[in-house]
Amino acid sequence: MTGDPLYIDGVDLTDLGIMAVKVLVAFTFLLVATMFMVWFERKLISDMQNRIGPNVAGPWGLLQTFADGVKFFFKEDLRPENADPLVFRLAPYISAVTAFLSFAVVPIGGSFGGGSSGTVTIFGRETFLQVADPPIGILLLLAMSSIAVYGVMLAGWASGSKYPLIGSVRASAQAISYEAALGMATVVVVILAGTLSTHGIVAAQSGGFSRWFLVSSGIVPFIVFLIAATAELNRPPFDLVEAEQELVGGFHTEYSSIRFALFFLAEFMNVITMSAIMVTLFFGGPAGPIFFGMTWFWPTVWFLLKVLAFLFVFVWFRATLPRLRYDQLMHLGWKLLIPLILFWLMFISLKELRATHDWNWLATYGAAFIALAVGASLLIAGLRAGDRAYQKELEDV
Amino acid sequence: MGYLDGFKVTFMKLFEERVTTEYPKEKRPKPPRFHGRHVLNRYEDGMEKCIGCELCAGVCPAKCIYVRGADNPETEPVSPGERYGYVYEINYLRCIHCDLCVEACPTEAITESKLFEFSFANRSDAIYTKNELVVDDEGLPQRQPWELWHEGDDLATSGWMRATSPSGNPDYQNRVGWSGELGYGTRKPEIGQRDIDDHEKNGNSPEEYGESEDIR
Ligand code: SF4
Ligand code: SF4
Repeated sequence: MTGDPLYIDGVDLTDLGIMAVKVLVAFTFLLVATMFMVWFERKLISDMQNRIGPNVAGPWGLLQTFADGVKFFFKEDLRPENADPLVFRLAPYISAVTAFLSFAVVPIGGSFGGGSSGTVTIFGRETFLQVADPPIGILLLLAMSSIAVYGVMLAGWASGSKYPLIGSVRASAQAISYEAALGMATVVVVILAGTLSTHGIVAAQSGGFSRWFLVSSGIVPFIVFLIAATAELNRPPFDLVEAEQELVGGFHTEYSSIRFALFFLAEFMNVITMSAIMVTLFFGGPAGPIFFGMTWFWPTVWFLLKVLAFLFVFVWFRATLPRLRYDQLMHLGWKLLIPLILFWLMFISLKELRATHDWNWLATYGAAFIALAVGASLLIAGLRAGDRAYQKELEDV
Repeated sequence: MGYLDGFKVTFMKLFEERVTTEYPKEKRPKPPRFHGRHVLNRYEDGMEKCIGCELCAGVCPAKCIYVRGADNPETEPVSPGERYGYVYEINYLRCIHCDLCVEACPTEAITESKLFEFSFANRSDAIYTKNELVVDDEGLPQRQPWELWHEGDDLATSGWMRATSPSGNPDYQNRVGWSGELGYGTRKPEIGQRDIDDHEKNGNSPEEYGESEDIR
């Protein structure tokens, strides 16, 4: 099972047409979804704060984002005198393009249960309901989320002003710290699925709730992934990158007009993409019960509903949690999430190895327990020593 | 649930009543001493109360009042005293409606109406001069075309609208501290206040005024 069946027997014009339609649909869907995500977030956060939220532009204020977008177009595009012209202009596009690209590998529909392999038939061609299914899908996602940091980093650096610079330095430190935990949580899923392709991962989860990696990986990787993803997205409570009270707007302080809108777009698009990735990795992607034999319809509905649930969760985080201090952020990332997911990764790999090689149960888990105990005590000793050194440093100051 | 309690709090908010007033559509009633656009008052005989002392200009934190006093013309005096406000300007692009000018004025000349919905298409319109500020011959504030007046905005705009007692005690239960004004004379005490003078002179029951809702 490698790649989209669309290209198996050569590529002709119909294939290209289908491809173009898919790209166009995904692109528009993402744009429109982002528009509504902004509305959804503003509305929900006001609901959670006893306010009303946008309600003037369009029915229930649905067109508010559209109105804001139009307004952005007509604003003056300012560039600070000290800014590096080329990089300053380039940075927003890096953010926006990577946000679009990540979504390309997410399967948004197709029935995977009961022998079918998630294909749908369009114009007599079998194809997957995702823009692309590279064999290294997951790596592409990780790469894109890393490159997106460049957008932020370069924006801050090229602005020629101190607040954006501090904001972007924070962003890169934060992204590097949490990318480790994020990556390892993904590796757990990859080990279980035995493939890097997103389509393969969804296929591996087909056949009921108990096969979702949320359950079969033991929840911990999901929780780590959720926390790390929130940090990757620079969303509250990890929004130190644009901590308004300290940094004005963070990395985009100097941006205005449509360039600012691009950052804004990328930010919200990343929220959608990250939710979609979580659904793909842990919640079986488009899996769900199918009624009335409409096999092409229900999976997409389930997928969208699951994504919506995550969008709700992200807004809920924002409404509930206060922003972390910087040392708390680093503490959580390096001293809690990374060791936790490391141990979990070891455990899961051992479990898989034992299953394939038929190792002795007691010997395997006994060895694992000893390794874990040694590792944990070393870690705790290390953390203690670190804390002491830190306290001493504080006293010296 | 410890750390997760907060999530319950925010979630339950979804089902609570909204507190937002959708302003241009619905308007809340204004309190009787609302700080709006200023007026310059006149006495019952039509004389201006302002004596051009510049205390208001001195106290204004936004430095938005400009006053120049002048000696009253002997034949037709503008104010009862020696001097009067010859030039009086307030810049509403700067005024923060703190009402310190109202408190500072020794003669209750400057007070505030309850009008706050006004905007200008032109910066010079934002500078109100005596022409706009002084009350008309009925003792009511003048209405400018760019101002949106509502019922009651122009009532009780005299010295009555200052803090109730000269010593700053909110529970004032003593003498009425404000002078008569064009069109209304001396305003009665508000709810919960007794007018001792009136009680002594005319034998009126103090409660009679104390219960009065009329603040005109
Ligand atoms: S209300 Fe305050 S800011 Fe406005 S004129 Fe009076 S003292 Fe100045
Ligand atoms: S308004 Fe009052 S404080 Fe201001 S100059 Fe006139 S009398 Fe003096």
